[in-house]
Amino acid sequence: MWKYEKKLQYPVNIKKPDARMAQVIISQLGGPDGELAASLRYLNQRYSMPYSEVTGLLTDIGTEELAHVEMISAMLYQLTKDLSIDEIKKSGFDKYFVDHTLGIYPQSAAGVPFTAAYFQSKGDPITDLTENMAAEQKARSTYDNILRLADDPDVKDAIRFLRQREIVHFQRFGEGLRIVQDNLNAKNFYACNPAFNRNCGRRPRM
Amino acid sequence: MNEKDMLMRAIKKYDFALYELNLYLDTHPHCSNALAYFRKYKDLRDKAVEEYNKKYGPVTADQTNTDEGWKWVDEPWPWQKEGN
Repeated sequence: MWKYEKKLQYPVNIKKPDARMAQVIISQLGGPDGELAASLRYLNQRYSMPYSEVTGLLTDIGTEELAHVEMISAMLYQLTKDLSIDEIKKSGFDKYFVDHTLGIYPQSAAGVPFTAAYFQSKGDPITDLTENMAAEQKARSTYDNILRLADDPDVKDAIRFLRQREIVHFQRFGEGLRIVQDNLNAKNFYACNPAFNRNCGRRPRM
Repeated sequence: MNEKDMLMRAIKKYDFALYELNLYLDTHPHCSNALAYFRKYKDLRDKAVEEYNKKYGPVTADQTNTDEGWKWVDEPWPWQKEGN
């Protein structure tokens, strides 16, 4: 189960509304490499993970990603609050506004609604962890691109925090992959799937 | 920054240290240095949250002091400028 804490993981204090920036940052909510896909990817993958340290990692990183969903949503909320109809029209935000007003809806920057097709839960520890390491790097690249597009120091500060977390998660998933491989036959990691085959590796599945 | 915001900032700081240690300990469960750091920050965090609950209100709904009514919905939400 989960329990809500009434605070952001890292402060978001954007003083200047900027509908154009919101339309870019929204990709990290509901886009292909966004925080919602990250959270659902790890929280779905954890059930078939046979190694408890890595199950813990998927649970805990999946939970932190929910806090990142909240930070991105807080940025979108603050970037679009108190916009005039004139600003909404001029910034191109009218296309979002017509369907959602100022409600927060998970979609990519190009307007594609969030889909579970953005992530995989393969039921194979090596495959899943390799996907997760790629996902963290893809999110890091997206944050690099957002930093290239952003001017407001209040926006950049929160984005830099989120970018840094991708790097830490990449490191931890790499260690998770090493733990999986340490339990498998070093001559052939792919001889069996420890999440499916019985008596596969040093710590067979429970 | 007022005293309430400073205390909340301290809680966030301790929570960040704890989260970072949590992820590290997941893949290094026998690291005694990390376990000691975890104990240290857990203690600091618990004390700060207790003080926050007494002076300003709940961080989680179950920390609401019901003698004062349902304060959980009185305080601003964290994405609102007043609540951050």
